[in-house]
Amino acid sequence: MNNTDISITLAETVREAAERNKPLAIHGNGTKRFFIGDLGGEPLDVTGHRGIVSYEPTELVVSARAGTPLAEIEARLAEHNQMLAFEPPHFGADATLGGTIACGLSGPRRPYAGAARDHVLGVKMINGCGEILAFGGQVMKNVAGYDLSRLMVGALGTLGVLLEVSLKVLPKPASEITLMFELPADRAIVAMNTWAGRPLPLSAASHSGDTLAIRLSGAAQAVQAAHAKLGGEVVEKGEEFWRELREHRRGFFRDDAPLWRLSVPPAVPPLKLPGKWLIDWGGGQRWIKTQAPAAEIHDAAEQVGGHAAMVGAAEGRGTGPGPAALAPELVPLHRNLKQAFDPHAILNRAMVS
Amino acid sequence: MNVVHSFTPAGLREFLVPKLRAFLPAAALLTADEELRPYECDGLSAYRRVPGLVVMPETVEQVAQTLKLCAHHRVPVVARGAGTGLSGGALPHSEGVLLSLARLNRIMEIDVLNCTATVEPGVRNLAISEAAAPHGLYYAPDPSSQIACSIGGNVAENAGGVHCLKYGLTVHNVLGLKFLTSDGELIRLGGKTLDAPGYDLLALLTGSEGMLGVIVEITVKLLPRPERAQVMLAAFDDLENAGGAVAAIIAAGIIPAGLEMMDRLAIRAAEDFVHAGYPVGAAAILLCELDGTNEEVSDGILRVRELLLEHGATEVRTARDEAERLKMWAGRKAAFPAVGRLAPDYYCMDGTIPRKHLAGVLAQISALSREYGLPVANVFHAGDGNLHPLILYDANKPGDLTRTEELGGKILELCIAAGGTITGEHGVGVEKIDQMCAQFGSAELAQFHAVKRAFDPHGLLNPGKAVPTLARCAEFGRMHVHGGKLAFPGIERF
Ligand SMILES: Cc1cc2nc3c(=O)[nH]c(=O)nc-3n(C[C@H](O)[C@H](O)[C@H](O)COP(=O)(O)OP(=O)(O)OC[C@H]3O[C@@H](n4cnc5c(N)ncnc54)[C@H](O)[C@@H]3O)c2cc1C
Repeated sequence: MNNTDISITLAETVREAAERNKPLAIHGNGTKRFFIGDLGGEPLDVTGHRGIVSYEPTELVVSARAGTPLAEIEARLAEHNQMLAFEPPHFGADATLGGTIACGLSGPRRPYAGAARDHVLGVKMINGCGEILAFGGQVMKNVAGYDLSRLMVGALGTLGVLLEVSLKVLPKPASEITLMFELPADRAIVAMNTWAGRPLPLSAASHSGDTLAIRLSGAAQAVQAAHAKLGGEVVEKGEEFWRELREHRRGFFRDDAPLWRLSVPPAVPPLKLPGKWLIDWGGGQRWIKTQAPAAEIHDAAEQVGGHAAMVGAAEGRGTGPGPAALAPELVPLHRNLKQAFDPHAILNRAMVS
Repeated sequence: MNVVHSFTPAGLREFLVPKLRAFLPAAALLTADEELRPYECDGLSAYRRVPGLVVMPETVEQVAQTLKLCAHHRVPVVARGAGTGLSGGALPHSEGVLLSLARLNRIMEIDVLNCTATVEPGVRNLAISEAAAPHGLYYAPDPSSQIACSIGGNVAENAGGVHCLKYGLTVHNVLGLKFLTSDGELIRLGGKTLDAPGYDLLALLTGSEGMLGVIVEITVKLLPRPERAQVMLAAFDDLENAGGAVAAIIAAGIIPAGLEMMDRLAIRAAEDFVHAGYPVGAAAILLCELDGTNEEVSDGILRVRELLLEHGATEVRTARDEAERLKMWAGRKAAFPAVGRLAPDYYCMDGTIPRKHLAGVLAQISALSREYGLPVANVFHAGDGNLHPLILYDANKPGDLTRTEELGGKILELCIAAGGTITGEHGVGVEKIDQMCAQFGSAELAQFHAVKRAFDPHGLLNPGKAVPTLARCAEFGRMHVHGGKLAFPGIERF
């Protein structure tokens, strides 16, 4: 496995770009391009900066360079029966850690185990002036200084080039099963959220068509006992089911209509928008394939205290309008923060509106 | 253009009070010396300063107007929750306003199906769990100060607690915030959703020590009460074994709900104080709580018991019932006041280190304790490596406080050297501002200042806290060269 530190070169490149006011487009292996769209600017390839820097299973921490393939990290963790509990989607074979964290993506376990940002303990990064900075660290609790490591998660590379990320890891559950129930969406949403409020070892809950699928994780006896309480039909290849969902490889995603993601309070009843729905995150993340006008979708999400964003167009067209729009009062703060990290506005300029 | 005034405390009162009275009831303003005294310090009483005046608004609108007024006249504002902070974060400004959020104490909503609570910042931590209890829900982060501390203060400090090993810190349990910027503008972050568009300002505001905004509403995640919780107590005649047992439990893939350690001095003090039935001869005890479904807990107890014995526990007890469980925890929860009875004063430190260095760092702390002739008791969150050495001293003995602070500084430097941090949960405040110079380089500190300016361009919110100026660090570095002894300890350094 190759292990290379090119942080000095990367910092040098950023510094020069800053001096010349030349925009840079930070990239890993491009597996999330469909998600963020075209960045514009001179490409800054981070994939050469790679390798697991440290991993100590008893400390529950892994630190790796941003260009390290996610698959490599997950394989190392699996050797010690550990995992990234936020279950990140890869969206391609060679997804990197940096891209995953920059996009802030989390999988089906998110409502129960936390999001990518919840597992970040520290980062090393290059700001827009080409300075290498380190925030947070490798310990579980750290309140020295502002939490700038978590701020990088989901910032889409607009505040800095991620060099290294330290993540909290967790033991893999001893046992897992996936259960299916025949339920329409409204009743499924109530069921998922009622169960989430009970002491059950729930670790995923999703609905599409007329089927509610849930995953139970934990000690074997606990999983069995919960199964006995809830009933439901056991799905044979549970692991594959959640992986296909996480990676957007389910039949649902193969459809020409535009794909929208709605983030809403999990218990909100089904929204009245025309199209095909897939509910994940126990109701908190809802995908819809719809031709409805954008304004209608944004409205529907906002009315229930949520937000919506179109995620790329149909496969192949690959340029999404990026993240959901900001509330107007947040715009100045975002602008000021961007300025604080990247005064020359050279990092992923196209992502900043 | 704004007028910049330079006020004496009395001048500030004279100038500001009539303007504040325009929108605040008389009872919301404290100006007399005897009214101001109680606000001169937070839980770290070594630092005291009488505020210029205290404002206690009852509505968010009043807070906003107060901030607008202060911003207009460039008057510093220090937010305060319950004042239980342990780093001097709420230490007032003598030419500024101390803004108490204590009267904003309404629980706005418990949303049972979404498992959230929306509350005002002055609500006490424990009150949230009490309000959620009828629904079988609770708010997980449980600082030992939870009967008194406010949720606003918890967010501002990113507070932790015994159960954070499994359930996360404040930052992991907050879904939404409303805060006011330094010029009184209301900003809403998140809500009941699991994420929000834009930068993760929710994470940035959490732990920002009142430097970036004044938090006026919080939506927290509620969790279902576990079906069963059971605590075990293990005694060790050697700290190293106890440290080894902590690592072994984690390595076995078990995440206890809580994993706490107490050393000899702390065990004795707690036992004398609350009679929890602790083994007073032991060098260390571990309290390990497992929770979850009935089956999960039964399974876990057997495994943990075996691991503890394998790693040299001389005795392992499991609480037989809820009464015994509460008794075992009572000793831990009362440990600070219990240790407090051993000496006129104590000073609580708060560093975090990688778990594997627990035994080594504790041995070094004990060597430092002998060197300084100041007893140190240890009661801490072993599961996440968060140390709380309590230094015993007597403030009335000349030189004792200075030596205590010096010893404290050395302990924090040990934490940094072990790959850890100077504060796990209590914050930097004024207390650890010099150690920030050791934890971070000047580029990082400059980045922190740039972030502060992005929110508060005139530096009016809690000035002088949390992030040292580069000039101060340069001075601290020089002072360090002179054998760690401060040249002019009487001179204000913040
Ligand atoms: C006996 C004891 C035990 C403790 N145990 C723990 C523990 O186990 N874990 C732990 O983490 N801490 C612990 N603490 C420390 C303290 O209780 C926490 O830091 C708590 O979060 C402080 O809350 P508070 O309401 O008292 O805040 P304060 O002390 O009033 O303020 C703390 C900081 O927050 C800012 N602030 C307060 N409210 C707001 C607001 N609404 N908006 C913006 N800024 C605000 C203040 O300016 C200040 O910087 C303990 C303290 C004591 C005395």
